[in-house]
Amino acid sequence: MSDFRFAVNVLPKPGILDPQGRAVEGSLEHLGVGGVSGVRVGRRVELTIDAETEVEARATVERLANELFANPLIESYAIEWVDIRAGVGG
Amino acid sequence: MTRIGVVVFPGSNCDRDTLRGLELAGAEAVPLWHEQGTLEGVAAVVLPGGFAYGDYLRAGVIARFSPVMRAVSAFANQGGLVLGICNGFQVLAEAGLVPGALLRNRGLRFLGRDVRISAERLDTPFTALVGDGRPLRMPIAHGEGCFFADDATLDELERDGRVLFRYVDADGRRAGADADPANPNGSLRAIAGVMNARGNVAGLMPHPERAADRLLGSDDGLPILRSLVEAAAAAGSGRGSTAVKLELAATG
Repeated sequence: MSDFRFAVNVLPKPGILDPQGRAVEGSLEHLGVGGVSGVRVGRRVELTIDAETEVEARATVERLANELFANPLIESYAIEWVDIRAGVGG
Repeated sequence: MTRIGVVVFPGSNCDRDTLRGLELAGAEAVPLWHEQGTLEGVAAVVLPGGFAYGDYLRAGVIARFSPVMRAVSAFANQGGLVLGICNGFQVLAEAGLVPGALLRNRGLRFLGRDVRISAERLDTPFTALVGDGRPLRMPIAHGEGCFFADDATLDELERDGRVLFRYVDADGRRAGADADPANPNGSLRAIAGVMNARGNVAGLMPHPERAADRLLGSDDGLPILRSLVEAAAAAGSGRGSTAVKLELAATG
């Protein structure tokens, strides 16, 4: 068995109202920053999966992303592999 | 006396009010702990308001996987009556037992204040005793109450008569979708409550149990609870299956 670490990045789907993103965007003028648009605020979940193979680990993370981390009605997700050696684990 | 269960999740905070409201509506109300896998033979289930499991990740999503929700899903799939109030509505939506999702309020703020809703249907287990379509005044208390579904689903809900409650103004006029104080969370098509296709599971964001006694400022919520208690009693005596069939016939 090996450890595989993933990050699941969840965002509101295009077209879904994102009041947090809108509020952040609206605040940028107070920072004196212009030319920024399309701000979307989501969440990131990182996790380590102990599995025989990477394929198996990916299947697990896909399932969790689809059933738990994101609500497919309103959110999309992207799974990314995280290098455990970089020290982000545990 | 008809027994109705009120699920208690860690973080539920309207369970006592809901138990009391159901008693005022004529039921024997019993708490059902989230870790139990049976519903103790109750005639209907209410998922109360609160912040189940801290609302972590998304409101309602973690509660969805609790042992009691497996029992509630099985109960609902057999035609059992289930009502979700506020956080309970969010749990039902996450579990896919009612359509749609509850997004962050458009104004981003948690809102605790009275709203007015009107029942779109007066022939359901949740509204049969509401009487007429007059505005019902009761509180909301939520941060994620903006009802969302895609256009096709919204059209289907309207066509099939599954929009149960809408936000209205004091005169009973349907609230606008956005920036209308009568629709404070910005719900699409001013939807405050919906039903599943079979008509036995419903959710709404406002709190009928907080408007179940005049001492609370309004008892407009009581007829909703009484409707549920009466429908549950009918289901318990074997008349319920007929009611569900009639319901299906009515919604086509």
